[in-house]
Amino acid sequence: MAAVPRQPDLPPPAAATGALGWVRRNLFDSPLNGALTLLAVYLLYLVVPPFVEWAILKADWSGTTAKDCSRAGACWVFIGVRLNQFFYGFYPVAEQWRVNTCLALLVAFVVPLFIKRFALKQWLGAVLLVVYPVVAFHLLVGGHFGLAHVETSKWGGLSLTLVIAIVGMVAALPLGILLALGRRATNMPVLKALCVAFIELWRGVPLITVLFMSSVMLPFFLPEGMNFDKLLRALIGVALFEAAYMAEVVRGGLQGIPKGQFEAAAALGLGFWRSTILVILPQALKLVIPGIVNTFIALFKDTSLVLIIGLFDLLGSIQAANSDTNWLGFSTEGYVFAACVYWVFCFGMSRYSQWLERKLHTGHRR
Amino acid sequence: MSTPLAAGPTATPAAPAEAMVELQEVHKWYDQFHVLRNINLRVARGERIVVCGPSGSGKSTMIRCINRLEEHQRGRIVVDGVELTSDVKNIERIRSEVGMVFQHFNLFPHLTVLENCVLAPMWVRKTPRRQAEETAMEYLERVRIPEQARKYPGQLSGGQQQRVAIARSLCMRPKVMLFDEPTSALDPEMIKEVLDVMVGLAESGMTMLCVTHEMGFAKTVANRVIFMDRGEIVEENEPEAFFTHPRQERTKLFLSQILGH
Ligand SMILES: Nc1ncnc2c1ncn2[C@@H]1O[C@H](COP(=O)(O)OP(=O)(O)OP(=O)(O)O)[C@@H](O)[C@H]1O
Ligand SMILES: [Mg+2]
Repeated sequence: MAAVPRQPDLPPPAAATGALGWVRRNLFDSPLNGALTLLAVYLLYLVVPPFVEWAILKADWSGTTAKDCSRAGACWVFIGVRLNQFFYGFYPVAEQWRVNTCLALLVAFVVPLFIKRFALKQWLGAVLLVVYPVVAFHLLVGGHFGLAHVETSKWGGLSLTLVIAIVGMVAALPLGILLALGRRATNMPVLKALCVAFIELWRGVPLITVLFMSSVMLPFFLPEGMNFDKLLRALIGVALFEAAYMAEVVRGGLQGIPKGQFEAAAALGLGFWRSTILVILPQALKLVIPGIVNTFIALFKDTSLVLIIGLFDLLGSIQAANSDTNWLGFSTEGYVFAACVYWVFCFGMSRYSQWLERKLHTGHRR
Repeated sequence: MSTPLAAGPTATPAAPAEAMVELQEVHKWYDQFHVLRNINLRVARGERIVVCGPSGSGKSTMIRCINRLEEHQRGRIVVDGVELTSDVKNIERIRSEVGMVFQHFNLFPHLTVLENCVLAPMWVRKTPRRQAEETAMEYLERVRIPEQARKYPGQLSGGQQQRVAIARSLCMRPKVMLFDEPTSALDPEMIKEVLDVMVGLAESGMTMLCVTHEMGFAKTVANRVIFMDRGEIVEENEPEAFFTHPRQERTKLFLSQILGH
């Protein structure tokens, strides 16, 4: 039997590969798409070059006063001069090393958690959750160990934004989980009703109202002379508010877990808490990582609302700087800078969540 | 299929032997629906019982009552001398002595096979990890998949998953094993590998209560076959007699449906 000669290898048609092929397939595969592509290119042409010209080419980068800026482009001098305040608020310059130490400690604790083969992760995590907050609190507030007391009204800038966001996230997730579990406790109607009431109450009011109430209304209800810190009140408000949202996200995850998982855990003799912590939550939380991160990102940006009660977070301190009479007319630079900083953090969280989802994927079908 | 196999180990324990599981006049309702009606069943230590019956007859409900995945409303259920009450500690104690294998395996997808097996021994029995892992590997070898220990359940075939599920239950060293149609979600070529494991388990002297329609399995290992219909135990007998001389009309009808094509 004669062997059938093999057909020779041919190169693919040029139009199907390479840059040209890609462009044709993705940008011009129909008349409508072609038109939309051209429109998009035109819009980019309108927006991008002027922005680049303003933000980079004609911008002023060095100097110390408003007079150093030509006003032909962006005046980044303004940001540079105020950078310290944008980061530390009115935290006394001599004490700013304490803020830096807190941040450095946080990084030192968090980074090893991401190293794959680091053995002591559980311990480090526990230290981070239990010891670190105490240390950070005493470092930032001071008042003992020879550290000068720094009132929270002096805190501000990005460091305050981070404090509110981190405390908010760390408190909202576990609280949200407990609320979600409570809302599903059909065999405990009172607990369930309380959780439902809590969630619906907090979800039903805007955060701005919560903050306003906590700083303006609450003192009316508290007995004379009893007054606790404005920042603390804002922190509690943010944490409870976000916990209500988190609860619903987590509940969605719990509902996605098949009944068989609960039964298998129970049949092995694992009680409610152990099966919840070891079997159900790891699966449920993984299922709703996008929702959790979504809530975190919203929380991060919502922190800017503390402006309303006179706390100067990143956005607040930028706005305060905008109204400085020596620097009038540079608010655009301020807002662009704020937007960039917020974007970097939020985008970072988003990328992290995608990485986490990929890492936790165990190839099971569902 | 229709020629009765020589019944395998037929050392039926004498009637008054120690009861491992005992159900006395158990009734259960789902709302108004009376699912279990006056169930009386004694499973002696080392005894192997196969439960069969038409769909919806209450087989699953009955065995799920034994480890309180379902609650019965009347009667007594005694497991290894301890009566099932609504006391949580009591329920957890009984559950840790009673292994259960489900139709859909219900492995924990976020844990590896080995982690699935050591979870309950470590957290319920407080066995140190190393020791729990050794035990787990022993049982994984017994179900003939030690090489899959580091994989996730989602990477295994159905038959392999069910064998892991059996090993996971055995790691708690239960006194009784309950099986709820362990092979009915499996493709035909995988049924045998699971049944082989179950036969091996039966030979090792485990007390077993199996809901299954695998009549070959019933003939080989069961001491007694129980036929349920509409929430009642209609007939029970040794497998040989059960299959060759059913006494009740309902049993005859059922057998003709599953045995005759
Ligand atoms: N949670 C429930 N609520 C109400 N009715 C139920 C519930 N679970 C089961 N039932 C009903 O109880 C009856 C017995 O169900 P069970 O699952 O015990 O039957 P089964 O003998 O195991 O059937 P199958 O062979 O299909 O698994 C069925 O009629 C079923 O519809
Ligand atoms: Mg069933």
